[in-house]
Amino acid sequence: MTLAVRKFDTLVIGSGGGGLRAALQLSQAEANVAVVSKVFPTRSHTVAAQGGINAALANVLPDNWHWHMYDTVKGSDYLGDQDAIEYMCRAASHLVYELEHAGVPFSRLDNGKIYQRPFGGQSQDFGGDQAARTCAAADRTGHAILHSLYQQNIRAKTHFFDEYFAVDLVKDEQGHILGALTIEIETGEPLLIEAKTTLLATGGAGQLFCNNTNAHINTGDGIAMALRAGIPVQDMEFFQFHPTGIAGKGMLMSEGARGEGGYLVNKDGERFMERYAPHAKDLASRDVVSRAVATEIREGRGCGPDGDYVLLKMDHVGEEVIAKRLPGIRALAETFAGIDPAKEPVPVSPTAHYTMGGIPTNRYGQVVAPVDVGEEAIPGLYAVGECACVSVHGANRLGGNSLLDIVVFGRAAGNHIIEFLKEHRYHRPMDQGSVDKAMVNLHRWDRKGEGETVGGLRGELQQVMDDYCSVFRTKEILTEGVQKILEIEKRLNNVYLRDHSKIFNTARIEAMELVNLVDLAVATMISALAREESRGAHSRMDFPERDDKHWLKHTLYYKEGKRLDYKPVRVKPLTVESFPPKPRVY
Amino acid sequence: MKFRIYRYNPETDSEAVMQEYILEDITPGMMLRDALLRIKEEQDETLSFRHSCGEGVCGSDAININGHNGLGCITPVSELKEPVDIRPLPGRPVVRDLVVDMSQFYHHYRSVKPYLTVYEPEPEVEYLQSPEDRDKLDGLYECILCGCCTTACPSFWWNPDKFRGPAALLQAARFIEDSRDQATAERLEDLEGPYRMFRCHTIMNCADACPKGLNPTEAIGRIKQRMLKDQS
Repeated sequence: MTLAVRKFDTLVIGSGGGGLRAALQLSQAEANVAVVSKVFPTRSHTVAAQGGINAALANVLPDNWHWHMYDTVKGSDYLGDQDAIEYMCRAASHLVYELEHAGVPFSRLDNGKIYQRPFGGQSQDFGGDQAARTCAAADRTGHAILHSLYQQNIRAKTHFFDEYFAVDLVKDEQGHILGALTIEIETGEPLLIEAKTTLLATGGAGQLFCNNTNAHINTGDGIAMALRAGIPVQDMEFFQFHPTGIAGKGMLMSEGARGEGGYLVNKDGERFMERYAPHAKDLASRDVVSRAVATEIREGRGCGPDGDYVLLKMDHVGEEVIAKRLPGIRALAETFAGIDPAKEPVPVSPTAHYTMGGIPTNRYGQVVAPVDVGEEAIPGLYAVGECACVSVHGANRLGGNSLLDIVVFGRAAGNHIIEFLKEHRYHRPMDQGSVDKAMVNLHRWDRKGEGETVGGLRGELQQVMDDYCSVFRTKEILTEGVQKILEIEKRLNNVYLRDHSKIFNTARIEAMELVNLVDLAVATMISALAREESRGAHSRMDFPERDDKHWLKHTLYYKEGKRLDYKPVRVKPLTVESFPPKPRVY
Repeated sequence: MKFRIYRYNPETDSEAVMQEYILEDITPGMMLRDALLRIKEEQDETLSFRHSCGEGVCGSDAININGHNGLGCITPVSELKEPVDIRPLPGRPVVRDLVVDMSQFYHHYRSVKPYLTVYEPEPEVEYLQSPEDRDKLDGLYECILCGCCTTACPSFWWNPDKFRGPAALLQAARFIEDSRDQATAERLEDLEGPYRMFRCHTIMNCADACPKGLNPTEAIGRIKQRMLKDQS
């Protein structure tokens, strides 16, 4: 049977905010765009973002983009690339106004301007008083942004392939990316999509961990596809643990809860963040707050019969603020913890939340890989959002910067693709060998036999990640973790599907997602073992200090040979002075 | 706990059956989605259903639970009467098991032009909107397009090709009520005629079914009032 083929100028894989913002830019420029998504676009995980999007609009308190840049560099524990950070913070206000014009129903101030709330790691005047930089639509900002972007894409007549799963990138021998092999979930039929440019916008990989805030679909598919295409992935050891997931369940209680005045207490009723971050307290960076919570729990000051959580207290904030500004998290707390936060505190603990690492890109969204001297763009391949590592988040992302990241770099990638298409008018010849290779990965799941199950192995993988790659790490723990993950990788070969049907076979999709998760777990664990320092979210108890002399550099992990390499941090911004590394206190 | 789940795979089955599953060890706070996942993982990998966020914001896992539409991920199993009957959303073609074809639902959504439309040049900053005007969008913008309402609506069952259905009409109201939108007249005109909106007979199944507590019937009422106001 011949393989069905469609041709487009640009293939966007993933329909969250990054993919949709790029697609919008391209459709408006009359490029021929296909957006492939394994779920209907408004079900992408951007929909779950709660607190808001950062931009120095100064609607509530004085602010400017340079202060935002400082906070982001400091928040990244100096691992962020300062050219990309300057670009993002400078673009932020414009991008937020653009979203507002696109229809996002932001909450409003009495003067009619966009409402902004304080969020973690924000300051005025380079480390001074708390800033209020996070533009919010109640606590449903991601939902509001994703729906508005989808709606504008409807207007722009973007072509959607809903419920198609991307199996692998296809590339030729010169290293050009030629599109991707996909499978239509409803029919089980493969479809080759040829494109002059391919944009990966597939989101993060929170499903690496058992205890996570992420959707079931967040399996890091694009990052794994890049790995299999021979591209190294960057800084995978930096995984953000959000301090306030509902204990034992994982649902996110937005940082906005603390932004609106909520705070954390231990079993003695002590507001313990005052000890860890005397100045910023509960609005210190997420890595700092997560470590504080984990420390309280480890040292026996946790709450509950097992002492394994702390309490997020919001009852003093008042019924009106909670009803108006935090209705979504109230509903979550009521549904999943049986608690009304306006009356009682909510049990919370650190929960895997955000993939800081990912596919290395420059600030135009081009995927880059090292060559003999420096690095070069992979022709025809772009990546934006959580699957990418540009790197604006470095070792720790600030709350409110992820929604910003996706729209800023979604637009930037769209613009660069438009230029690329002007110079590359025709599709390159298809590389049959690469297609065949991708088909092997798809048909691998037609194999019949007795062996392990997808769900069983995924569960074990997540447990290993929770146990060996969590908030606090040591050489001993990580070495054992690497061994366990490599065993799981071996066992993958012995996993068989029981369901070999074609029509809407979700078991097969989950099997391919498991393959992706395994690749990323190996990358994360090996990168984490190698980095012998503590920086941002990567906290080594055996190397408790940040070591700028040896480790102010990005990790690169290659699938082939499971080899590591490193590249320098871009410490030089575009126009302003560099922020040199300083001790990081909040 | 006993579950009876609608099973149909067009490749192998000539008709649908209700298949029984027993799940032991129901944990406190367990949601229906957790139960379905456990059945799929432990007992029957071939059971197909959509789901994703697990917290009621993505709208993937709308199903019919003991005769009532809802989201599996925010429905506690402890609140369900045994045996729990699980079926796909009513009135839509079944693709497989609990997965239905939602294309007509999305078609109606697109046809109300669900995007902010402004004819004048855009300002360099945000459009100003008073908190009171913004409040008018509450209860409208939160829709997650799960389809629980539209597929519970008898008017939609009778005229699925012509009646927009509660979800699409809620979206129409979301833009009609938005003080920034300048296409109100066109939007109202577009809903004239006996079918697109006026097939709504305020049966209220939609409000009853909405897992987000929204009230499409009330939104449709607001559109009708705007039409009257515009005509007078």
